[in-house]
Formats: sequence, structure tokens, C-alpha cells
Amino acid sequence: MLEITDLACRRGERLLFRGLSFSVGAGELLWIEGRNGAGKTSLLRILCGLGVADAGEIRWRGRPVRRGDETFARERLFLGHANALKDDLTVAENLHFAARIAGSDGTLDAVDRVLEACGLAAVRGSPVRHLSQGQRRRAALGRLWLAQAQPLWILDEPFSALDTDSVDRLSALLGAHLERGGAAVLTTHQEVALPAGRTRRLRLDA
Amino acid sequence: MAVNWFKYASPQTFYPLAGRLVPLFWLLAIVLGAIGLYIGFFVAPTDFQQGESYRIIFIHVPAAWMSMVIYVVMAAWAGLGLVLNTRLSSMMATALAPTGALMTFLALWTGALWGKPTWGTWWAWDARMTSELILLFLYIGFMALQAAIDDPRRADKAGAILALVGVVNVPIIYFSVKWWNTLHQGASVSLTRAPSMANAMLLGMLIMALAFWAYSIGAALLRVRSVILERERHAGWVRELPPG
Amino acid sequence: MGAAFVAVFRRDILQAWRRRADWLNTLFFFVIVVSLFPLGVGPEPEPLRTMAPGILWVAALLAAMLSLQRMFGDDFADGTLEQLILAPQPLPWLALAKIAAHWLLTGVPLTLLAPVLGLQFGLEGEPLFVLVAALLLGTPCLSLIGAVGAALTLGVRGGGVLVALLVLPLYIPILIFGAGAVAASAAGISAAPHLSLLAAGLLLALALAPWATAAALRVAAE
Repeated sequence: MLEITDLACRRGERLLFRGLSFSVGAGELLWIEGRNGAGKTSLLRILCGLGVADAGEIRWRGRPVRRGDETFARERLFLGHANALKDDLTVAENLHFAARIAGSDGTLDAVDRVLEACGLAAVRGSPVRHLSQGQRRRAALGRLWLAQAQPLWILDEPFSALDTDSVDRLSALLGAHLERGGAAVLTTHQEVALPAGRTRRLRLDA
Repeated sequence: MAVNWFKYASPQTFYPLAGRLVPLFWLLAIVLGAIGLYIGFFVAPTDFQQGESYRIIFIHVPAAWMSMVIYVVMAAWAGLGLVLNTRLSSMMATALAPTGALMTFLALWTGALWGKPTWGTWWAWDARMTSELILLFLYIGFMALQAAIDDPRRADKAGAILALVGVVNVPIIYFSVKWWNTLHQGASVSLTRAPSMANAMLLGMLIMALAFWAYSIGAALLRVRSVILERERHAGWVRELPPG
Repeated sequence: MGAAFVAVFRRDILQAWRRRADWLNTLFFFVIVVSLFPLGVGPEPEPLRTMAPGILWVAALLAAMLSLQRMFGDDFADGTLEQLILAPQPLPWLALAKIAAHWLLTGVPLTLLAPVLGLQFGLEGEPLFVLVAALLLGTPCLSLIGAVGAALTLGVRGGGVLVALLVLPLYIPILIFGAGAVAASAAGISAAPHLSLLAAGLLLALALAPWATAAALRVAAE
């Protein structure tokens, strides 16, 4: 579904990568590996449309992706390092807002179901300010549960700061996403049980 | 004969070309400046109202013209760089800004020097002087924004957006300042009424204007060469340049 | 498209409501700056009355400018900006929602407060109404133009001072026509030409500023 050809990226004077080509098909997960500073985050940001590549092309469903491409924007979800949560709003309000912006199902019922599924029902009405680091990450990941309709997930370190229960839940969710024919590109430093048989690895600094 | 202009759009090919052009424009600026100043100081007749002090217009008027022209040219280069993503255009914009600011400052300074003996005041809130002052603020804003951003690509794009917003605003600012000035008559002296021009004065001023053009182009080319060197210092071709 | 606009607008208002102290500070700043002038210039009513339009407008300019950093600063820091850029809706449209929220939170309160301060400077009757009308047309321009400056200085060293340097020169036409409208009315001349020019400026800013803001936001997030 996602095809990358000859991608190059430079940060300041440093060449992060060039001639990078790969593709991710339906039901496939691509695990991007590399040491710190290898350009993993830069690559993900280029894939989702935040960053600009110095060379190369990105195609989605056979068509080149342009900036502000509305179809692509509806079909991909990006989760970055930052949680995109507002300290002063409650967990439910934050998720509700995120869903409305992404154009996904944002009814209060759906939000409640998601909070149940990621184990945050108890803090539903607390301002994010009062949450722990791990809880915040879980609240941010709640967007994945809301984004079942988006076929391409681009996730930057989704497993960071999570406890083992949450890691398992997220792995299960990823498995279900691939099962449905979705695709995912992610980075992680932890060794986690990613869906076997569907995961491919790409080393950036190789 | 078809010239491939895009060949010169790459910093690598433009660098030596600019190097050959710089002395040419310097020479032009010096020769034209000498002729213009000679006409201005010795040939042009003394103004019967203002005496000798009017002769500062041979510097003041060309500087004021250049200050406005350079802003528009700078915005055009910056906009070109933003749309076509050509690095050299953005570098030209960056290189032009200090010269533009210098011209604006020169126009303000000579305006003050002219105002003191002629109208007895260093500064008047006249429409042209005020617009020129605001233009100086716009130049300073452009340079400050580019200086505050470390990543040159981001600095180029941010500067381009600001320059384009500025170029839309310049006529509006000029119009609003003029409007403001006519409403507050009496508080200001009009610097807009130039003394009636003798032919020699006009000639001197035009030659001085050409000298300022040549200087500005020369200075911009010289500066763009150092911008190119700074930004491309890790590229292979820069390392292969002969030292010195 | 409308839903996302409303979502952004409502979230900004809700968040400001939860941190109302921040926004009240902007208003207090406005009042304090205006009150400093009589102390600096002297209490004679006549000069104060002639200077009142200019003083009120300069103070409104500064107050609006001070609150600019908050417009995109929090979103930039916490990652919300990335989500706005990646949203399927056009970014200028979402930026406009944020600008509208900013105007409701600063421009409108300043407009409501200004006549009271005008009374302190001896403005009465028609000039006060003209002041309100001019601020109603001018403060949205301040938010629109300010948004471009705020977006350009996101994450930049010394952004607070820089935003003033970029935005204040661009505010000059609004200051001239806004203060001019009140001054004209106080002098017994029609303020209509000033107000029409302010309205024209508002339309132009409305047509261009959201696009420039969106472009600057994209550059900042790269």
C-alpha cells in the first residue's frame, strides 16, 4: 500500500539516509530500527507528511502523496513523541477533540468505550495534569482505538513509558489492526512481542 | 541563442560567476559615483532657496529609491525560493537584506542632515520619512527572524513568508502614513517638494542612482558568495576550491 | 469541515476558561498601560482628550501582541500542532478557528473595556461609539496579522521580543485608521472613511492571513 522510492533526508549538514526504498503492504508491520540519531523520527515525519524529503517519492495506493492530500490525511494516523494532550482538559475531552480533528468516530459513547479498553475509565474526568507519565501515554494511544478506520498507522515509540499490561494491550490492538488489513510503520527501543509472521525489520544505520 | 539559465541556479556554478561579476560592479559603482558626485558638487548650480545644502539629495534620493527597490527584489527572490525551492534564490534574498537596510538607514540619515539646515529640524514626521522608518523596521524584522532560526532551510522559508507579507503591506503602510500625514497638517514640513530641477541636477541624480544600483548588486553578489560558502562548506566542490 | 472548525474553536475557549487568570492578565495589562499615560504626561484634561484615541489604540495593540505567543505556543510544545497539520481539513481553516478564538478572548474584552477607559480621558458621546466600532473592526485584524507573526516565531530563540519586532510595523495601518476614526469623530468630522478603510483592511487580512499562518505553521513543524 505504501511505497517509498529513493528517499533521502539531510538534517543540517548531516546526511541521515539516502537511496532508501521499501514498501509496506496490507496486513504488514514495518519495524524501523537504528541507533539514536539514525533518522528514525525524521523518516516517520516524512512518511506522514510533516517533514520534507530532500529527494525521493512516497506513494500511497499507487498515487504519489502530495502535501495537504486529503485522502491520505483521512487514511493515515500519526502518533509522535509528544502526546498532543492538553493539561487543562480531561482525558475524555482530549480524546473527543483528537477524534473530531482526525475525522474519526468521536461520539461520547465511542470515547467511553475506548477509555474502558485502554484501562483509563477511572480517570475519565481528571485533567491530564494529574496523570502519570504512563497514563498520559495511554491516553494518547487512545487515539489508536478510535482510529480503527484508518488503514495506515505511523507510530513513533508507542511503547515508551507503558507498563507490561498496556504493552500487551497495544500489541493485541496492533495484531487486530493488521488482521483487518491495515498497515503500520513504527519505531521502538524495547523488545516487544510484535505480531509474528507479519513483522519486517528495517535497519536505518546498516 | 538559448541560454540555459537554470545552469546558474545551482550555487556551485553561480559562485565563480558571481566572483567574476563582483569587481565589474565595484568598478562601475566607483566610476559612476565619481562622475555623479562631480556633477552634483561642481556642475549642478546652487539652489537659490536652499543654497549648497540641497546637494545632499544626490545621495539621499538614490538611497531612498534603492531602499524600496531592494525590498521588492528581496521579496521576489524569497518568494521564488519558497515556491520553486531553489536554494540560490533564498540565498539572494538573505544577501540583499543588509544592503537594503543600509540604504534605508542612509536615506534616513541624509534626510536628517538635509532637514537641519533647510527646515531647522533633524526629524519631521513627514509621510516619506515615516514610511522609510517603517521600512527600516521591516528590514530589521526580516534579518532578526532569519538570524534567530538555526536551520537555514527553515530560516529561508520563514523569511520568505515574512517578506511576502511585508511586500503586500508596504503600499498599505505608505498609503496609511500619507493619509495620516494629510490629516495632521501643520505639524510637519513636506520634504516631498523637490527644488525645481536643472538639467545638470537631474543628470547627476540619475548617474548617482546607477552608481547605487551597481553598488547594491556588487554588495549583494559579494555577500551571496559568503552565504554560499557558509552553507555549502561541507559540499565537495567547496573543499576543492583553491585556498585564499 | 465545520465540525473541525467548531472543535478547535471550542477547545481553545474551554482551555482559556480553565486558565482564565492568564487571559485576565492581558486585560489588566491593557488597563495599566492606559493608566500610565496621565501619570507620565500630566493630568490636564485637554491634552489627554486629544491623545486618548492614540493611547487606547497603542495599548490595545500591545495587549493583543502580548497574548500572541499563547496562540500556537502550547500546541507547538505539546504536539497538538502536528495533529492539526495532519488533519484532513485544510490547515488555513483550522488556523482561522484558532484566530477567531483568540479574537473572542482578547479583542472582544478589549473592545468592551475601552469605552470605560475612554470616559477617564474625557471622551464622551459619539467618539465613544466610534471607538467601539473601530475596535470591533480593528481587533480581528490584530489577531489575524498577529497569527502570522506568532506562527513564524514558534520555537525560535527570543520569540517573545521577535514577535513584537515582526508584528508591530505591520500593525501601523490599523493604528492609524483606528485612532484616526476616533480623533475625527472627536473633532466633529465623519469617521466613516476611516471605518470603511478598517473594514477593507479586515477583509484583506481575512483573505490572506490564514494562508500565510498555515504556511508558517508547516515550516515551524518541519
